[in-house]
Amino acid sequence: MEKPSRSGSSVVDVEALWNELREIVGVDHLRMPVDEDRIDGILPLAVIEPKTEKEAAQVLKSATGAGLRVIPRGSGTKISWGNTPRQDFVILLTRLLHRLVEHAWGDMTATVEAGCTVTQFQKSLAEHGQRLALDPAWPDRATIGGILATNDSGPLRGRYGSLRDLIIGITLALPDGTLAKSGGKVVKNVAGYDLPKLATGSFGTLGIITQAIFRLHPVPNESRTLSFSTPDARTANNLILAIQDSPMVPTGLQVRASSSASPQVDVRFEGTATGCDAQIEQTVHAAGSLKRADPPADVWNQHGQIWSGSELSVVCKFTFLPSDLGLFLAELKTITDTLALTWQLVAQGVGVGFVRLDGPSSADYARASQLIRDVVEGHDGFLIVLHCPLEVKKNIDVWGSAGDVLTLMKRIKTQFDPQGTLSPGRFIGGI
Amino acid sequence: MNANILNEFHAIVQDGLITEPSQLHTYECDGLTNFRVMPKAVLLPTSTEQVQAIVRICSREKIPFVARGSGTGLSGGALPAENGIVISLARMNRILEVDYANARAVVEPGVINAEVTARVATHGYFYAPDPSSQSVCSIGGNVAENSGGAHCLKYGFTTTHVLALDVVLPDGSLVHLGSQSVDRPGYDLPGIFVGSEGTLGIATKITLRIVKKPEVIQTLLAAFNTTNEAGSAVSEIIAAGMLPAAIEMMDNLAIQAAEASVHAGYPSCGGLLLVELDGPAVEVAHLMKQVGELCTKCRAWEIRVARSEVERTLVWKGRKAAFAAMGRISPNYIVQDGVIPRTALPQVLTEIEQMSSAVGLRVANVFHAGDGNLHPLVLYDNRIPGQEENAFELSVNILRLCVKCGGSITGEHGVGEEKKMMMSEMFAEPDLETMQLVRCAFDPAQLSNPGKVFPRTRLCAERTGPYQPHPLEKAGVAQFF
Repeated sequence: MEKPSRSGSSVVDVEALWNELREIVGVDHLRMPVDEDRIDGILPLAVIEPKTEKEAAQVLKSATGAGLRVIPRGSGTKISWGNTPRQDFVILLTRLLHRLVEHAWGDMTATVEAGCTVTQFQKSLAEHGQRLALDPAWPDRATIGGILATNDSGPLRGRYGSLRDLIIGITLALPDGTLAKSGGKVVKNVAGYDLPKLATGSFGTLGIITQAIFRLHPVPNESRTLSFSTPDARTANNLILAIQDSPMVPTGLQVRASSSASPQVDVRFEGTATGCDAQIEQTVHAAGSLKRADPPADVWNQHGQIWSGSELSVVCKFTFLPSDLGLFLAELKTITDTLALTWQLVAQGVGVGFVRLDGPSSADYARASQLIRDVVEGHDGFLIVLHCPLEVKKNIDVWGSAGDVLTLMKRIKTQFDPQGTLSPGRFIGGI
Repeated sequence: MNANILNEFHAIVQDGLITEPSQLHTYECDGLTNFRVMPKAVLLPTSTEQVQAIVRICSREKIPFVARGSGTGLSGGALPAENGIVISLARMNRILEVDYANARAVVEPGVINAEVTARVATHGYFYAPDPSSQSVCSIGGNVAENSGGAHCLKYGFTTTHVLALDVVLPDGSLVHLGSQSVDRPGYDLPGIFVGSEGTLGIATKITLRIVKKPEVIQTLLAAFNTTNEAGSAVSEIIAAGMLPAAIEMMDNLAIQAAEASVHAGYPSCGGLLLVELDGPAVEVAHLMKQVGELCTKCRAWEIRVARSEVERTLVWKGRKAAFAAMGRISPNYIVQDGVIPRTALPQVLTEIEQMSSAVGLRVANVFHAGDGNLHPLVLYDNRIPGQEENAFELSVNILRLCVKCGGSITGEHGVGEEKKMMMSEMFAEPDLETMQLVRCAFDPAQLSNPGKVFPRTRLCAERTGPYQPHPLEKAGVAQFF
């Protein structure tokens, strides 16, 4: 095995290091990498699978002491999001930290370890009629740690907010081996800084999330979905705005559109049967003469579906002000027409979506994503290229500009991870 | 304070500089009046640029500064620092922009909480966080403390409703945290700033989320013989899968005080429950019936639904006046703010009762029962020697009880000066050290509201090396996680 070689770090005996790590996690839990472990084509030096959060913290401490880089991974569904990693890293798998530590159903909170999959977590909660009111992509594989690190979400966020609104406590393993807790087991709590929010969406750059505590919601009795075909982007946008500007409380409000089909608007209500019926009536009224359409079976999983077979495609996450969605769709059409790209999009009314671009060759991907980013950034939005062919990734800034807070974010990173152990360079602004 | 510096301050804010001792007294404390420090000067800037100019001087001269809104805080968050200045944001009180299509309002920090709702109500919107002091407290203060209120059970806290902030950092530089759209890439800086109690800088412009008013709002009052019966009704309501807009509880002493002060027409009972449902009319009607049945099942002997907006407002007025109303039944009182897992309520109430009778002091209880946020009010008479000390000790012991039950030392009032020593009872040393890493990133010189929140200040110059076990941990006395 190659010796970890980092300028400025102390020279360490690599075999001694592996032995040290084996001693922490056990010989069976440190293995040599295989092809599937590559991140953007780069092979890790080793894959380490701690069984407890204490082991995870000790691994981090040893790695930091040896000047080794560490990239945390759950199931790896989103491991290629972000900048290409720097060489000489090990992968720390969280999959063995998968316990549901506590479901305090009477208090509607649950403590869960990072490696638990979303589906597994939801199944346990459902035994008491509760759920984490979040529907991220690929729940059967995605882990709690992974969705937190990437701040993933789905249509439910329109009603319940995103992870920042659901997480109430966290345990982080820091590069120096500290295990630090913040927040707690009660929903209402303002004691100390809100590190659960800071860690959410931090892409594994501050600490490894080992445990999280969430507030829960009841599983609704009834759920109704209806879809409308709209002739153009402006009409779709107006329907979304009309519903948002009404007392209705949908738990799903999204637009689906593509280069080959006009926009469809999907609306979902949950709660009591009478409440759903009344709101559906109001929605139909708001939609006026728009034609009802049959929603696809997986209508509320389009944010996962849009990725199917996307190896050679570009998939971006974009954010926008709800009133600018129509404008964005029109601009998207112009840009992709000019470059002869096809596209597919799903966007939540609250102002976040995914767009996928496909072209005969990847030659125009970099230019297209930059043009689209220019449009959203011109309207208070952001665009992150989550996926693209590797040769494209080399030529683009996947994150876009960090604005005037880059220095502040770098100072936070330096405080938490002074030696740059955790996923260095993968985050916005090269953090 | 050096005359040259005062001249510099004067050049920035003109008549917005207070140095007269008689006027400075107003600023020596906030709602927590038993801690007082006289500031060297108070400055009332009118723009972000002025705040920046003031903070730059503070940074250059190493003068500690404390930002202040309306001064209604209950944990001493706006208590001045020794040899420091107070920066009052009271003159930055404009609502700059309301964008109904996107449900956003952009405000200055000195805007009063209730003014936001007043401004957007005609369009059918409201600003959800509603601390009891909402008619006087400022948005800037709400941001600092991450204020809650009765309706945060359903709608969330201040942090849920802040999308973006212009912040003057403690070195005087201006940064833009968050964005008008959701999910800005990068660290969640609004998430860490909101609730940081003024220790990370000063917000000078805040983008708030406003919420469409529900189709109907209904409020039910239910009278029980005991708080335990009322508490079991709360559990039943939650277990039935409902998420009310608010569930509030008051015990007999609290009811007496509120009645004496506001005449809300509360029934005289051992435990009063106030349940508010909002949403689609048919749904609320259906669920309200169910709430009534669950209350009856838990032995409520009187159930009333407010019949008009006037009645509903009166019901809430009684609840929101509960703290101040204590003056009607006791010469002095301590307002406490603790949180427990809701299911621990019966046990905690029983223990509070035992603790209070053991020391011979009365405790009135007002709760945000839906989310387990307790506000025990410890009543005492400071003319009786020793009572004040006993009252403080009792109130601290109630917090210890909250922590023991898996709760928190503060749900919405903040740590501030009052509870910083209690932080060590809730968090281990490594937890607190880790939180302070954030402080060091924002304010390495520790000038912005210094000495608050944490029991000890971390020296930011000190570099974190590999982890060193705490002496207690080495000795096996404490675990670090």
